[in-house]
Amino acid sequence: MPVITLREALNEALHLEMARDPRVIVLGEDVSGGAGGTSGQRDAAGGIFGVTKGLIHKFGDGRVIDTPISESCIIGAANGAALAGLRPVAELMFADFVGVAMDQIFNQAAKFRYMFGGKARTPLVIRMSFGAGMNCAAQHSQTIYPFMTAVPGLKVVVPSNPYDAKGLLLTAIRDDDPVVFFEHKALYSRKGEVPDGDYMIPFGEAALVREGEHATIVALGRMVPFAEKALEKLNAEGITCDLIDPRTTSPLDEETILESVSNTGRLVVVDESPPRCSVASDIAAIVAQKGFRDLKAPIEIVTAPHTPVPFARELERAYVPGPAQIEAAVRKVLKDG
Amino acid sequence: MQLNRDALLQAYRRMRTIREFEERLHIENRTGEIAGFTHLYAGQEAVAVGVCEHLTDKDWIASTHRGHGHCIAKGCDVGGMMKEIYGRADGLCKGKGGSMHIADLDKGMLGANAIVGGGPPIAVGAAIAAKLAGEGHVAVSFTGDGGSNQGTVLEALNMAAVLKVPKIFVFENNGYSEHTGASYALAGQDLGRRVEGFGIPVFRADGFDFFSVYEAMRQALEVSRTGGGPACVYATCTRYFGHFEGDPQNYRAKGEVEKFRDESDCLKGFRARVTEAGLIDAATLDAIDAEVLAEIDTATNDAKSAAPPVPADVLTDVYISY
Repeated sequence: MPVITLREALNEALHLEMARDPRVIVLGEDVSGGAGGTSGQRDAAGGIFGVTKGLIHKFGDGRVIDTPISESCIIGAANGAALAGLRPVAELMFADFVGVAMDQIFNQAAKFRYMFGGKARTPLVIRMSFGAGMNCAAQHSQTIYPFMTAVPGLKVVVPSNPYDAKGLLLTAIRDDDPVVFFEHKALYSRKGEVPDGDYMIPFGEAALVREGEHATIVALGRMVPFAEKALEKLNAEGITCDLIDPRTTSPLDEETILESVSNTGRLVVVDESPPRCSVASDIAAIVAQKGFRDLKAPIEIVTAPHTPVPFARELERAYVPGPAQIEAAVRKVLKDG
Repeated sequence: MQLNRDALLQAYRRMRTIREFEERLHIENRTGEIAGFTHLYAGQEAVAVGVCEHLTDKDWIASTHRGHGHCIAKGCDVGGMMKEIYGRADGLCKGKGGSMHIADLDKGMLGANAIVGGGPPIAVGAAIAAKLAGEGHVAVSFTGDGGSNQGTVLEALNMAAVLKVPKIFVFENNGYSEHTGASYALAGQDLGRRVEGFGIPVFRADGFDFFSVYEAMRQALEVSRTGGGPACVYATCTRYFGHFEGDPQNYRAKGEVEKFRDESDCLKGFRARVTEAGLIDAATLDAIDAEVLAEIDTATNDAKSAAPPVPADVLTDVYISY
């Protein structure tokens, strides 16, 4: 099986789906790039992280649309295009930019179907890069998916590896509801086996990344490889854990998490977000409510601190949860109770 | 004027329907039977109808919180609208949207929108779809003088011009942004000049005069339906009622509305124009008035007696699948 990066996996999915379905369009800032430039070179960017590279040559500027810097209008236009029968894939360069596009995401896209009595169909994907790790500081490094997970009417995808990224993006584009698709910028170059061609990964089905008996770790995005790293060390001492990657936070596969906790009795949830109203606190609450009798120890959450994301390398390293904290949390839940 | 007798009668009927619908809601709002916020369009009928009489179900419109007039002008079912405003199970949106969220995609109506400035970006997207389809359809957004100050509207103007999509921006300057005068809140005052700054042609209209709006929209469509990109219809008008029902309009001088009603009313003006030109006699228009009144009576009575949704309905229509 070919080994490619997560960036390439996403690019493949876009190529496949645009070729398969003429209703799919891509729009956003610099999705091809070069329009109006002095070199005459189109596809000069292919998206800020290169995910949309090459699309304009195949599908033209009618379907691969470079927009002005107008995040609100990018999402608004994607909304209108979706209502009018297209299947737009909008790119927001950085998840943090939802700050200027929020109305079109959570008041418009998320609510059309409900407000309009079930008659609207908004097959929209909003892709955005997220996460710390590249010293992009407070306005280009947040996770943002907790906000989106809290909004009824949105589906939220957070892939952790190339295989999932491709299958989940194909599912997202074919889904008839609005999907917010989070791509960790520190994972774009992560490599993995990805089959050629078409496959879909259903939403609401977690991946069991590792099987074990002593504790359950739930982790998302970049926290999944970090948890794998922590497990390497713990495994050497004979400590094994279930490692669950929910892959989508809305819908959330509660069943797989609860079932694992019923076997292990101990839970660590890892989330790169600040702790309050995070996906970590949400999953912890669900397990406390529905799996309380299975728990042998208090739940541990491993999150960023309740601060903005800092800039300096030393500060950012201190901010982002890493393998050491995950390892410590596992040891703590094993010691407790 | 290219309007034949049937088209004139239809335009008059639509304007009269909007007027009766809104006047009736103004009365019914005092009974306490209607929940939530209601923003009435009475006074501005010539704009919605002057624009929408040019459109088909395959053209799109995006409306505002003051959307009843746009909905009726675009052909939404009046009975279904009234039931929606009363929050009934068989309202146009099953009682889930209410006055501020009436939509009917089959009619090309992308929704009233309770977020001021929410509609124009959405209409840009519908215009992208129309351009790709290549069948000459357009997308239209309605925006007030208040909405024109939202950044989203400026983004939409710029993006529509950059992408050269068939998008018509209709601005209705009714003189008030909620409770604040346009003379205070609208920098530069002439909104048309602002739009021209984006390189978008502006066709100015007297929003009290159906024929003026109809002609401006015809010119705008000449641009947009033929690949010329976006265009703008800028109409000045007034609203007869408050920002929302219950607003005492303390910000308006005594007699301001009455003067508009007496001297500039779009229905009176239409009637005078077509009767004086000998195109339609007064009795025919009177008959339409009576029919419309009866239709609104029926719609109101049906809405009052219609069944509300059942509590279990709160859980449906969030997703297509989840």
